[in-house]
Amino acid sequence: MPAERFLHSLRTAALLLACCAAGAAHAAGEAVPVSDDPVLEARVLALSHNLRCLVCQNESVAESRAPLAVDMRNQVREQLAAGKSEKEVVDFLIARFGDFVVFTPPFKASTVLLWLGPAILLVAALGAFALRLRRRQQEVPVPLGEAERVRARALLEAAPPPEEPYK
Amino acid sequence: MIAELGHFALILALVLACVQAVVPLVGAQQNRYALMAVGRPAAQAQLFFLLFAYGCLTWAFVTSDFTVRLAAVNSHTATPLIYKITGVWGNHEGSLLLWAASLSLWTVAVTIFSRDLPEAFMARVLGVLGAISAGFVSFTLFTSNPFTRLLPAAAEGRDLNPLLQDPGMIIHPPLLYMGYVGFSVAFAFAIAALLSGRLDAAWARWSRPWTTAAWVFLTAGIAVGSGWAYYELGWGGWWFWDPVENASFMPWLLGTALIHSLAVTEKRGAFRNWTVLLAISAFSMSLLGTFLVRSGVITSVHAFATDPARGLYILVLLVLVIGISLTLFAWRAPRLTGGGSFALMSRESTLLGNNVLFAVVTGAVLLGTLYPLFLDALNMGKISVGPPYFEAVFVPLMVPVVVLMVIGPFVRWKNDDSARIVRRLAPGAIVSVLLGVGLAVVVGNFTWRTVLGLALAAWVLIGSVQLLRARVAERPGAAAGAGVRLRGIPAAWWGMWLAHLGVGVFIIGVTMVGSLESELDVRMKDGQTARLAGYTFTFRGVVDAPGPNYLAARATIEVARGERQIATLTPEKRLYLAQQMPMTEASLDIGPFRDVYVSLGDELEDGSWIVSLYHKPFISWIWLGCTLMGVGGICAAADRRYRRLAERRVPAAATQSA
Repeated sequence: MPAERFLHSLRTAALLLACCAAGAAHAAGEAVPVSDDPVLEARVLALSHNLRCLVCQNESVAESRAPLAVDMRNQVREQLAAGKSEKEVVDFLIARFGDFVVFTPPFKASTVLLWLGPAILLVAALGAFALRLRRRQQEVPVPLGEAERVRARALLEAAPPPEEPYK
Repeated sequence: MIAELGHFALILALVLACVQAVVPLVGAQQNRYALMAVGRPAAQAQLFFLLFAYGCLTWAFVTSDFTVRLAAVNSHTATPLIYKITGVWGNHEGSLLLWAASLSLWTVAVTIFSRDLPEAFMARVLGVLGAISAGFVSFTLFTSNPFTRLLPAAAEGRDLNPLLQDPGMIIHPPLLYMGYVGFSVAFAFAIAALLSGRLDAAWARWSRPWTTAAWVFLTAGIAVGSGWAYYELGWGGWWFWDPVENASFMPWLLGTALIHSLAVTEKRGAFRNWTVLLAISAFSMSLLGTFLVRSGVITSVHAFATDPARGLYILVLLVLVIGISLTLFAWRAPRLTGGGSFALMSRESTLLGNNVLFAVVTGAVLLGTLYPLFLDALNMGKISVGPPYFEAVFVPLMVPVVVLMVIGPFVRWKNDDSARIVRRLAPGAIVSVLLGVGLAVVVGNFTWRTVLGLALAAWVLIGSVQLLRARVAERPGAAAGAGVRLRGIPAAWWGMWLAHLGVGVFIIGVTMVGSLESELDVRMKDGQTARLAGYTFTFRGVVDAPGPNYLAARATIEVARGERQIATLTPEKRLYLAQQMPMTEASLDIGPFRDVYVSLGDELEDGSWIVSLYHKPFISWIWLGCTLMGVGGICAAADRRYRRLAERRVPAAATQSA
């Protein structure tokens, strides 16, 4: 587990921003949600879960507290607020940081095997399974020879009686 | 001085491992009992020296002997005693020593609990285990010596990574390692059987309890690790498809397949090739996991390239193990046939189908884990493969696995009537689908994911009830009471039943928390309240709560549902002094149907605090499911028929010697 994995910190930064914007301090009573637009915040969160924090070890932008992650989240928020779609934001980030930034690798020449691999494996495995099954069904049991029959009878008679499963 | 003793003990352990690797194998080949008999004492002495070395290293940590480099880097005088002790395995060198010690522990366990194995077979098993041990102890000694001195000594240690200063650290790594390493026993049995050319039902029977035991440890290790991540990381995630997690999950998947394949080999003599291949692969996956985690290759291919000694050593070890065992397999496998014919609708084919799917899932996880490494190594660009990929691959492949899991136990061996099975199971399946749809509507989350999860889980539960009823009804002696007939069911069957039930419970947990969890981030001041999922959270201020090696701010938050007070939660924000590392300590109210989870963020300029509130429905069911699987495994491994054979042989031997 990477040590730097925290969600909070990032939230904190987001919050600082929100705070400055909101200004008015509430005393006792209802606590103030960090974000004034929960719908937008949910979209930002969902999208950032699929974005890699580039300076962390295998952490998403949603979890990381690194300044870069905070910065990226702010960018995502701004662009979503400006009316861009999720896809446009992701395309923008890929153009800027490369494919490394998304946890869902794009489908292209170098990732064909990655995306088709499991399907190929499945088809191959099912093929082998079907083949094996057909061979098994056609298998003809070899009948016992006389000597084996005698031996089997002797073994059966010598065997201790089966245990009583219950009393 | 103590460290040198430990170092010396480690060298002796290596010598003993080499002896154990060579002498008994030669003895078995030449049929010389005196040589075969060397295996046991060598294994036992090796365990003694490894434990001794381990004790010496622990001593350095406990007494804060910072002339030992490892202790200086991973401990601190102010670290609580328990984390000084567990800190021994919280680093590369110490965890390798733990690896070697676990292997030795398993080996000695084999010499004790399987002492009735034929002498030559035991000699081969011990020889193989000795060879693996030699590989790992030499790896520890030559590339990662835990006893290296630091002169002049450090005045103060750098302390254990604060993330690891947690009760999870006490049990998670030992359990996981026991599981990882435990598959070496299944591997050694398979190789011994290949060497002797005797791959029969007896081999499967000897191998089964060991494989199941290793699987239980791995299951528990993974579950504890996931639970630890859940409460420690501060936002309530429980599985991340992180490469390190995948490294432990792949052996688990293959181990699960192996357990089932061994069952067929024991009962029907079929799948012998496949079972051997699985035993080899499961252990190879354990080694690969060790390589991935220990070589630094995951962090970056380039980190590996700049300091390749460790990674290269394990890689060579991995290639040797896989290469030698597959060569042996290729040589012996063509002779392995038999098991008789079976039809498409038969117990064999449901188990084989499941096995095939498990292998495909493992392959897919492996692909996703290694693909970015290969692309990077080949300079074809850097990509990230994360949870969306793994979920997209995992879920569709696991759904048929669960379906087959429900059907399998109802189907007879060899051949069964499809119409009978359909008549038997269709009503339950239909009810389950209806339940899935109905419950999804009731909980207000009508998505395909929820419907699918709940329907599958319902079918597993309904199937379990049907299976138990059928089992009781089938037992002879209908005149006896149901209680008597229940007691007649062997432990192994209960093990299967519980583990399968556990899968259903697990699916409920995953589905419910995935669909219904909710969260809220708020700024809170004294006396302020926030509401989430019907709960009211009241903030009661923050106090200083320093610990032995950290400073902390502790908030008090009261949780109420309606008028009823439910819990007082105390999340903390800590600053570990030695590494100046901030940590959040979440606080949870754990319940059977939901967890309430609170974590504390930063303080703001106006004196309010950021607080994250989470509502996690049914999340405990994830671990309840894992627990049921583990308990099932214990029941299965403890079935007395594995011991009965041994018991029977004792009087026979006694009469012979008389």
